[in-house]
Amino acid sequence: MSKLMFTRTHEWVKIDGSTATIGLSDHAQHELGDLVFINLPAEGDAITAGESFCDVESVKAVSDVMAPVSGKVVKVNEELESAPESINNDPMGSWICEVEVSSVPDDLMDEAQYAEFIK
Amino acid sequence: MKLIFERSREGLRCATIRPLEVSPYEFEKSYVRKDLDLPEVAEVDLARHYTELSHNAFGVDSGFYPLGSCTMKYNPKLNEEIAALPGFAKVHPLQEPSTVQGNMHLMYDLAVSLMELTGMDGMTLQPCAGAHGEFTGLLLIAAYLEARDGKKCKRNKVLVPDTAHGTNPASAVMAGFEVINVKSNAEKGVDLDDLRAKVGPDTAALMLTNPTTLGLFEKNILEIEKIVHDAGGLLYYDGANLNAIMGVVRPGDMGFDVVHLNLHKTFSTPHGGGGPGSGPVGCKQQLVEFLPDPSIIADKKGRFHFVRPKHSIGKVSTFYGNFSVMVKALAYIKTLGRDGLKESAEHAVLNANYMKARLQDIYTAETNRLCMHEFVIDLQKLKNETGVSAKDVAKAMIDRGMHPPTMYFPHIPGVIDEALMIEPTETENKQTLDEAIAVLRELHDMAYSDPQYLKDAPHNMPISRPDEVLAARQPIVKYKA
Amino acid sequence: MSNYLSITQKETEEMFDAIGISKCADLYADIPLSIKNKPPFNIEKGKSHQQVMDEMAAYAEENTVFKTIMRGAGAYDHYIPSVVKYLSSRSEFLTAYTPYQAELSQGILQSIFEFQTMICSLTGMEVANASVYDGSSAAAEAAFMCVEKDRRVILVPSNVKPQVVQTINTYLRRRNITVKVLGEEEGFVKNGKVDIAALERALNDETACVYFEQPNYFGLIEDAEHICEAVHSKGCKVIMGCNPMTLALLKSPGECGADIAVGDAQPFGLNIAFGGPYLGFMATHTDKETMRRMPGRIVGETKDDKGRRCFVLTLQGREQHIRREKALSNICSNQAHCALVASMYLAAMGKQGLRDVALSCTSLAHYAAQEFTKKGKTTLKFNGEYFHEFVTVSPLKATKIVEKCAKMGILAGLPIGKNEILWCFTEKVRKEDIDRVAALFN
Repeated sequence: MSKLMFTRTHEWVKIDGSTATIGLSDHAQHELGDLVFINLPAEGDAITAGESFCDVESVKAVSDVMAPVSGKVVKVNEELESAPESINNDPMGSWICEVEVSSVPDDLMDEAQYAEFIK
Repeated sequence: MKLIFERSREGLRCATIRPLEVSPYEFEKSYVRKDLDLPEVAEVDLARHYTELSHNAFGVDSGFYPLGSCTMKYNPKLNEEIAALPGFAKVHPLQEPSTVQGNMHLMYDLAVSLMELTGMDGMTLQPCAGAHGEFTGLLLIAAYLEARDGKKCKRNKVLVPDTAHGTNPASAVMAGFEVINVKSNAEKGVDLDDLRAKVGPDTAALMLTNPTTLGLFEKNILEIEKIVHDAGGLLYYDGANLNAIMGVVRPGDMGFDVVHLNLHKTFSTPHGGGGPGSGPVGCKQQLVEFLPDPSIIADKKGRFHFVRPKHSIGKVSTFYGNFSVMVKALAYIKTLGRDGLKESAEHAVLNANYMKARLQDIYTAETNRLCMHEFVIDLQKLKNETGVSAKDVAKAMIDRGMHPPTMYFPHIPGVIDEALMIEPTETENKQTLDEAIAVLRELHDMAYSDPQYLKDAPHNMPISRPDEVLAARQPIVKYKA
Repeated sequence: MSNYLSITQKETEEMFDAIGISKCADLYADIPLSIKNKPPFNIEKGKSHQQVMDEMAAYAEENTVFKTIMRGAGAYDHYIPSVVKYLSSRSEFLTAYTPYQAELSQGILQSIFEFQTMICSLTGMEVANASVYDGSSAAAEAAFMCVEKDRRVILVPSNVKPQVVQTINTYLRRRNITVKVLGEEEGFVKNGKVDIAALERALNDETACVYFEQPNYFGLIEDAEHICEAVHSKGCKVIMGCNPMTLALLKSPGECGADIAVGDAQPFGLNIAFGGPYLGFMATHTDKETMRRMPGRIVGETKDDKGRRCFVLTLQGREQHIRREKALSNICSNQAHCALVASMYLAAMGKQGLRDVALSCTSLAHYAAQEFTKKGKTTLKFNGEYFHEFVTVSPLKATKIVEKCAKMGILAGLPIGKNEILWCFTEKVRKEDIDRVAALFN
């Protein structure tokens, strides 16, 4: 059974065994506004929890996306490249990448905690 | 408005050249391109087209242009005429030096004047813009530090305040440095504790504007100078805000080692819709031998020579920089002279303080101190109370025949998110300032009475707000018939 | 004596009162006394407008203005139509800033969009930026666009303009990038041109790109298609530096297969003006990756909320004011007004006019070459095809020829060796002047 968790920097992560899928929360996409570009990670990139692994652009700002977990990128959602707006339209359905997890920090929040956090 | 391509009709001609005086040369087929598509218009069509475009542009001659940090002062017409003299405009950059002594003399004199104004010992005029100057200045610093500290030099970090122009960190990276951001204190000056914590044996330089991005004189400048120099780093002066203090205080006396200037801001040369500018770089004695190639020196007989400084960083542009811009700047300096330059700075500061004094009861100014040549108002409170943003107010100013101030700069997320940065410059008269004050006060009231009107502004322009998201998501960057 | 203020003493005092000060010096209370008003600035007192005109004209008069210019090498003296001079000096264009506020800058934005379109037509590319400083910085920026994590070598043949290669070096040296200049000694340049076989041997999987010029420094036309093909076969990129005037006739970088086209558009209506301001241009393909690595402003077409066509600065997320230290270039101010002049020039010349100019340049050059070498004492250094520049070798000392030409009011070609001169001919040169110079050789 996969587990949906959130970071304090507004990424979501679904952890399913040793694989994690990462995306941006609805709150994040709302704050960022209309996204026009995503700088995707590459397959094989090592990512570290709490550090930037990708960035997204709105018209007037660029924002880092922080890794919720540490590990290695095994799959990238290339479709976002030509359609970054799908993050705005369907944030939970728009995964950025899949990661082979090496470690999970213990400060991730579950859905209820995150809902409380962004209040 | 039609595009020039939409005005094109096959077979029309505008400018023509003299008939060929020799037999036409024909290239072999393999060299020749396929059809080249360019507009075909008559001269009257061309004149109407560009006149229409000009009616849809706004310059300093059109009206108030308080664009913070850009110093949109009046651009004297005399200087334009001078730069167009054939002796300047029709001279080839690779002519023998004996035939261009006037130009070399002019560049030499301009460099000397700029050295006087900044308190520097050397100056290059080669950089073509402010950012180009930053890059050049940082290369000088890198070359100097390597020579000073030897190959083991580990000074690979440039400190940049979080309020700095984006060009500062971008230039530092281009010059091969790593950027370390320094926090701002309550008045958005350099936080000395943070600076002390971040300088060290890896510090190459601190980049600073003074007056700061908030339009305040950095009172702690001498202490900052000591912290950076004690750590073995250098102090870089971003001349974006020199207009407030030219003739009053010199960056060199504040302890700066390297300075870049913007002739297109401080020295009245026109911005041309985005350029050309000119970004001379000055430096203290110990850095002179690293200046770009070539430098100009004068011999005892008053002849001028191009020389390559001993350990030059090389060339940063094709020839000597944006020469015509230099001509205009020297004409400006000669017209104003030492007293006029100072007087201009004083009035730039006076105008900004006057506007600030008449606005700060309703708009949140970032400080109660006297400002320098510009000031920042923070519209966060207005936005919280009315939903009207800095952008909305800016767009509504357009309807009143004014160019908006700089928006959303400085931007420190969570600290200043709704900034408008106002720089009236010295050449605006009191009537214009009073009018602008009245407009800003009226718009403030309107934010409470009719916020939607502001959110929909501008109302009187040929277009309303463009869809920037569409432009970025589906870029159309050239015309297709 | 003169100033550009617009304020009376009475108004100044009213402003003092509003602020609560009594004199201008009070405004500077924050500046430490120890550094304020310190040295007497060694700058003269201000002067009247008339005196300034006199003094500035005196500098101009110290220069020699040649009636005829046969020198190029990076600065090209072409005829500039009056309509271009007049229209471009309109103050709405000249005194505007970068068009950040689209609603009152449509004229400037549209002019840049038109410039981008014309550069795309000339280069056969899909996207062009709003300009960079000059041809040298365009080449340097383009080279950086091509650099990848493990491809960090830039190859440059020695037959490109020396200023360009020097600038590329300055730009890239501190970024862990190697700029390799290969010349005759390496067999890389033969008979003035890039040798394709040597080029192929020099490429490897560390090569990011090759920068070459068309025509090259010596005026010769390179085998651009085969250069591009060879470079691509090793997975590297090609930057083609062009004199855009030649593109009126010669194959475009797009047709030749270049990845990025750069150059200096000074020949399009800009004065030679002792080296600047000139106009760096850059154009490339529209794949998202390449386009996003492009530096500088780009104007895009969009719609306003009533559906009307309009123009904005776009893809700004690439730029320093948004991306700061992560930006790939620091460029902010560019050469916008020069771009305006160039597009006016191209529209004024038009499709046929530009071809006429280019044809005149190349025809006069070929005539000159034939006349200069008629008696066989003077020869062309290289036997390849050229556009409007070529190198002569002559028993006469180059400096001597320059002196003799100067006496006739002609700026001769550029001496590039003791007996070698790099000549350039534009439509401004008269046949009779060519004949007079030819007489020196024969």
